[in-house]
Formats: sequence, C-alpha cells, structure tokens
Amino acid sequence: MTALLEVEGLTKSYGGVHAVRDVSFALETGKILALIGPNGAGKSTCFNMLNGQIRPDRGVIRIAGRNTTGLSPRAIWRLGVGRTFQITATFNSMTVRENMQVALLSHHRELFVPRGFAGRFHVGRADALLDLVGMGHQAERACGELAYGDLKRLELAVALANEPKLLLMDEPTAGMAPKERADLMNLTARIARERGLGVLFTEHDMDVVFAHADRIMVLNRGELIAQGVPQQVRNDARVKATYLGGAT
Amino acid sequence: MEFLAVQFLTGLASAASLFLVASGLSIIFGVTRIVNFAHGAFYMLGAYLAYTLTERLSGPLGFWGGLLTAALAIAAIGVIVEIMLLRRIYRAPELFQLLATFGLTLMVQDLVVMIWGPEDLVGPRAPGLKGAIEIFGQLVPRYDLFLIVLGPTVLGLLWLLFRRTRWGVLVRAATQDRDMVAALGVNQKWLFTSVFALGVFLAGLGGALQIPRDAVSHAMDLRIIVEAFVVVVIGGLGSVFGAFIAAVIVSELNAFGILILPKISLVLVFLVMAAILVFRPWGLFGRAEGQPRQTLGLTIRPWKPFTRTERIAAALAALVAALLPLVDGAYALTVAAEILVFTLFAASLGFLMTVGGLSSFGHAAYFGLGAYGAAFVAKSAGLPMEVALLVGPLLGLAGAVVFGWFCVRLSGVYFAMLTLAFAQITWSVAFQWVEGTGGDNGILGVWPSAWAANPERFYWLVLAITATGIAALRALAFSPFGYAMRAARDSDLRAEAIGIDRKRVQWTAFIVAGTFAGIAGALFAFLKGSVFPENLAIPLSIDGLVMVLLGGVETVSGAVAGAIVYKALAIWLVSQAEFSKLVLGGVIVTLVVAFPKGIVGFIEDMRARRPRAKAAAVAEAAE
Repeated sequence: MTALLEVEGLTKSYGGVHAVRDVSFALETGKILALIGPNGAGKSTCFNMLNGQIRPDRGVIRIAGRNTTGLSPRAIWRLGVGRTFQITATFNSMTVRENMQVALLSHHRELFVPRGFAGRFHVGRADALLDLVGMGHQAERACGELAYGDLKRLELAVALANEPKLLLMDEPTAGMAPKERADLMNLTARIARERGLGVLFTEHDMDVVFAHADRIMVLNRGELIAQGVPQQVRNDARVKATYLGGAT
Repeated sequence: MEFLAVQFLTGLASAASLFLVASGLSIIFGVTRIVNFAHGAFYMLGAYLAYTLTERLSGPLGFWGGLLTAALAIAAIGVIVEIMLLRRIYRAPELFQLLATFGLTLMVQDLVVMIWGPEDLVGPRAPGLKGAIEIFGQLVPRYDLFLIVLGPTVLGLLWLLFRRTRWGVLVRAATQDRDMVAALGVNQKWLFTSVFALGVFLAGLGGALQIPRDAVSHAMDLRIIVEAFVVVVIGGLGSVFGAFIAAVIVSELNAFGILILPKISLVLVFLVMAAILVFRPWGLFGRAEGQPRQTLGLTIRPWKPFTRTERIAAALAALVAALLPLVDGAYALTVAAEILVFTLFAASLGFLMTVGGLSSFGHAAYFGLGAYGAAFVAKSAGLPMEVALLVGPLLGLAGAVVFGWFCVRLSGVYFAMLTLAFAQITWSVAFQWVEGTGGDNGILGVWPSAWAANPERFYWLVLAITATGIAALRALAFSPFGYAMRAARDSDLRAEAIGIDRKRVQWTAFIVAGTFAGIAGALFAFLKGSVFPENLAIPLSIDGLVMVLLGGVETVSGAVAGAIVYKALAIWLVSQAEFSKLVLGGVIVTLVVAFPKGIVGFIEDMRARRPRAKAAAVAEAAE
C-alpha cells in the first residue's frame, strides 16, 4: 500500500541560498506528522511546495500515489488536500457560514452558477462542519470581526469542506491561548482519527508538538536532521544542538 | 536607410518629455503608492506657464530661465496639493486617490481655459537651437538633438540623486518598505512632500520642454497621461530606469508605427504592451506588489439580499418611474431615459468594482463598443432596432473578452491603468478609423423602430431593459457566481486554496460587466440617434467611477442611486454653469475627502446604528 503523502528529494533554493535541500519523508493515512525547526529552517517553503504555491527545483511529491509536483494549488485541492495558513486567509466581507458555503460550492463545482441565492446552498453541510469545530453558534457573524482563535477554527472547517484525505496546517495554533491550542489540536487529532485523514503541521509550540504528533521531523537550514516518534526526536543529539545551541 | 535613422532620432527626442513625465509618476508611486492621475495636468500647466514666461522674458536666459521657473512653480503647486489633499487620503484605497487626482485634472482643464483661453498656443523657438542640422542627408532639428541628450542626462542625475544623497537613500528605502522607514524615525510627511514635489517638477519640466516642438493645448493632459501610464506599465511602476527604457520603446514604436502602419500605430503600442505584460505582469523592471492593499467593497457588514419589504419598495420605485410619462413632457422623458441608461452603465461598473473588487478605469470602452455595435447593425447592415439592440452589445462583450483576458492578470493600480489604456486605444480606433466609424463626425441617423419612436414608448423600453439589467446584476451578486467573485476579491490566497480559479472568475465578471455596459451603450445610441468617439472616451469612464463612488463602493446597488444623482446634477450643471468641469472636479475631490462611503453607504451606516440606539433606549427605560 502506498503512503498518503510521499516526498522524495525536495529541493528549493533562492539565489545561492538553499531554503530546502533534499527533503524526503512519507505520511500514512490517519497519522499526524509534525514538521518543526527554528525560524528560517525552511518549514514554510516546504509547506508551500506541498500545496503547489511554490514550484520545487527538484524532487517529487506524490499524494495518494499521484505525482503532484508542479500542480497549481487549485489542482492539488481538487485531489483532496485541505490547507490552513500561518496567517489566516479568509473572506472577511462574508459571514462565517458564507465562508463555508463558498468552499462547498467550489467543491461541488457550482461557483459559476449564475442564479439562485448562494446563501441557500449547502446550509446543512456548512453548519455541520462549523458545529464540528465549535463555530456553529457564530455562523451568522461577519468573518472580519472574529477573534483570531475563531478564525483559525473557521480555517480548519473550510479546509475540511472538500472531504480531504490530507490536511496541511501551517502553524495552526499560532496566536492562540494555551487552552485554545490544546483544544484545537485535540479536535484535529480526533477528526484525523475519525475520518482517516493524514495531517502534516508545522508548529513552534513544543508542548503541542510532543502531545499530538505521531511522528516528528526536524528541519534545520533546509535539511532534515532527524525524524521519528517523539521519544526518538527528544533524545536526538543533533536536535538538542539545534535548539539549545552547542556543537553539531 | 538614412531616413529610418533620422526617424529613430525623432523617436528618441519624443522619448525625452515622455520619460520626464513617466519617471515623475513612477517616483511618486514608488514612495507614496499614489498613482497621480493629475500628472498630465501638471505637465500641461508646465507647458502653459512656460509659454507665458517665455513670452514675457527675452533672450536665452529668459527662455531657459522661463522653462525652469515654470517647472519650479509647478513643483510649488504640487507641494500645496500634497499638503492640502493627498495627505488626507494616503491610507485610502487606490481608487479614491486616482479619483481625487482625476478631480484635480478636471479642475485644471477648466482653469487653463479660463486663464489662457481655448485656442492652441505656439511658443517661441529655443534660442541657440533654432534650425536644423544635416545628418545622413536629412534635416534634424537642433532642439531634437538637445532633447536626445537631455533624456539620458536627467536619468543620470536622478541616478546620482538616489544613489549619492542621503535623501535619495531614504527615498529608495521608503520605496521598499515605507513602514520600516517611518519606524526608523524618518519624518515621512516631508519625505512624501518632497518626493511629490520632485515628481511633479519633472512633469512640469516635461511640459515646458515641449513648447518649442508642439503647440500648447488644453487636451495635452489626457494624451500624455495615457502614454505615461503605458510607459510605467511597460517599464514597471517605481522604476526610473524602466520608465526610460519604456519611454524609448513607446516613442520609437510611435515614430516607426506611423511610417509603416499609420492606421494602427496606436494599436501597435498596445500590442507590445500586452505582449510584455503577459510575460512580465509587473513590467520590464517592476516588482510584484508585496501585500495587496485593502480592496474595495470590503465591509464589516456582510451583504444581504433584499427582504420582502425592500423588494416591494424597489418594485414600487420602478412603477413610479413607469408613470413618469403621465406627468412629464418629451424633453423630460429624454433626460430621464438618459439617466436610466447611465444607471445601467453605472450598475455594470459597480458590479465589477464592488462585487469583484476590480476598479476599471476604462469601462466606457464597452459602453461605446455596444453603441457602435448597435450603430453598425442599424446603419451599415440596415437592420431594425430590435436586432441592433440584441447584436450591438455583443461588440461590447467581444471587447471585454479580449481586453479582460489581459486585465485580470493584473490587480490594483496596474489593472486600473491597463483598463484605461485599452479604453484609450478603443477610442483612438473610433476616432481614426474614419471609413468605419466616421471618425469625429460619428455615425448619425441611428433611429428606433417606428413602434418605439415616440418619447414615451422609448422611455418605457429603456426603463424595462435597464430595470431588468440592474435586477439581473443584483441577483448575480448573490448567486454562487457572485460569491466566487467576492471570494476572489477578499483573499486570492484562500480562493486558490479552495479550488477557485481567480483569473477565470474575474475574467467572467469582466465580460458580464462589459456586456451590460454594451447594452446600455446600444440603448444610448438609439436614444441620441447617433454615436461619437466621446461615447467611449476617458471622461465617460470617470463619470462611471464617480457614480459608483457617489453611490457607495461598499454597497451592492449603490451605483444606481449614484448614477441618478450624479447624472441629474451633471445635466443641470452643464445647463447652468459655464465651467462645469471645475465644479464637477471640485465635487469629486470633496466627495473623496469628506464623504468616502457614498450615499447608500451613508444610509446603511445610519440604519445599522439605529437598532443599537433603540436597544440603548430600552436599557435606559428598564433602569
């Protein structure tokens, strides 16, 4: 059986700087994989290559056995990949429910329908997903006036609209209170188990990472320096050196 | 061969003024992020002032001193404008800045006529540079050679200024990240003022330098601003070197285009620009805009479809409009029909701007194409009005298909400038292609069918079509497609991440808006019985923008209210005041500064505030 996400030899450089160099890993269905590393380690570049925003210089990305290297974000989304952003990206002039409806309309390829009230499309499904992330009671609110933690939860619901097989979450808990962080990651883990999703996330908060990830990869200066289950990574000398300083 | 070489030199000479104007535009944009539409007006003022000064002063010192004094005076005017107007709108969406500076342009146009009169003025020759030199057996004016040297000299001086002075370093830093520069304790206010003064000085100098070559006229502002826009789009906004290269390219294309393909010389420039933009959307030496600014139509109050009561009110309003022929005569009906046509035009632009977030500065092109389309069908093909009204707008649609494909590749000010450039090209085709369009004489005798010929019936026809059109556009705003447009407008990143093809959505929106504008244009042709190039000229595009702004850019259908008020006001003004552009320009500037949410936006604010006031009253009573 092929892995949900397979990455081989992913490389990207800007000018002479290697942002990501020869990164390979795999992610299985139902598992949560964390990508960590200090600032500037190449996490975001890596992420943006996976969802098609950046074209890799070299390397192959396969999602469910299909080569997606060089595809647009749109095409990758159609293959069942949901994505949340480090800085939330939502449609701020719309209500929370409308944000969901747009994603659902897109999923059902109904965006070019020129008639009928969009507000009446997929209401049940939209609300079900909002309930799932605990945003059901705020469905009517304008997205532009939500608290940041709520925006993050909305993004998660939006990312689930196309019934994805793979979730890519770039710092899903950045800017949230500690309690909120744990809640969101517990929720994510539960959804991943129940729906058999693979989740890849980057994170700065090590409590979140070690509490929720099945496996952890450590990136430093564009290269993977360690990967394994949390206990392995915790004890890895190179990881300690990267985070605590000292000789490598 | 020799002739071609000389033609090349003529092109280089023309590039000098264009470069000065375009580099000024580019420098101002780089630091302040304002696209100064009034740049053409400053250029024109520079020419007029230089004319007056060189007429009064004598001798070489008088002439060159006159040119320089004129440019300095323009810079001083620029400082006043920056302090009094622009400082208030730096944080506003770019549309407001373009509109405010356009308002200035309108005012200057009338002021120039008031001061210098409507006739073209011919200034003196440059002392010491009269006559011509023989090169390759051809005569080249000495003044042209002077200009050829001047262009690169100014480029070099600007380079020194930006590389070798402290002020220049600050300007370059601010071009990259103005917030950072402000955080470092630089007095941003005066940096902006000085940059604006320099940019406007260059425009004034460009205008002043033209007087020995060209007559000074009150139409030179729009001509140069369109060319300057094309130059900065090709060269890249914010890049002085890009402006130089692009000015040379555009001028040479003009110089040789006239020789080789005189009929399509203007189209040639456009083709090159389009080709460059396909490969380099930010121009040859430009860079992508970092974070796009807040788009239009972004509001904290999500849009709602009409409630039952509101729908009944809208239907009643249409009914009352339908009863107008019972109380008013033929003239009033014609005026009312004209206002209606413009409500549809404004609604189509409003749809593109508020729902789609795309501020087109050349929407009149599709209006005019629809009008010409209808006129072609009615006059050239001799088909009846019914057919012309159906087929005519298709020309608007076709124009939107072609131009829109290029335009949606860009966003923000680049989008605005490209739409403007396309509209100007459409205008020049209508103006130059005399065999097809009658040129300046237009196409006359486009009359309705017999059944619709009397004013009442025609008014009803216009009312039926515009009401249906406006309702359709509104319905579209709330349809899934309308949501797709808003999604693409609100967040490109998120839209792409959920499978929305932004360009395809915006292209479709552009085509829809262009088609409805075309329908309005076709109606207009039959209302007036004629079509002229002015039906797709820049002023009409700007009228549309003002209507949308007046109605409210954060509202779904505010454009309709804006069109009614603005058009009625404009018709009345033209009949009352001699210098209507001055008043109109003043109204636009005031509107942008004091009343940015428009009529409907203002009403909605009031309505949103009311429930809270009521709740407060209830709470008070309970105490």
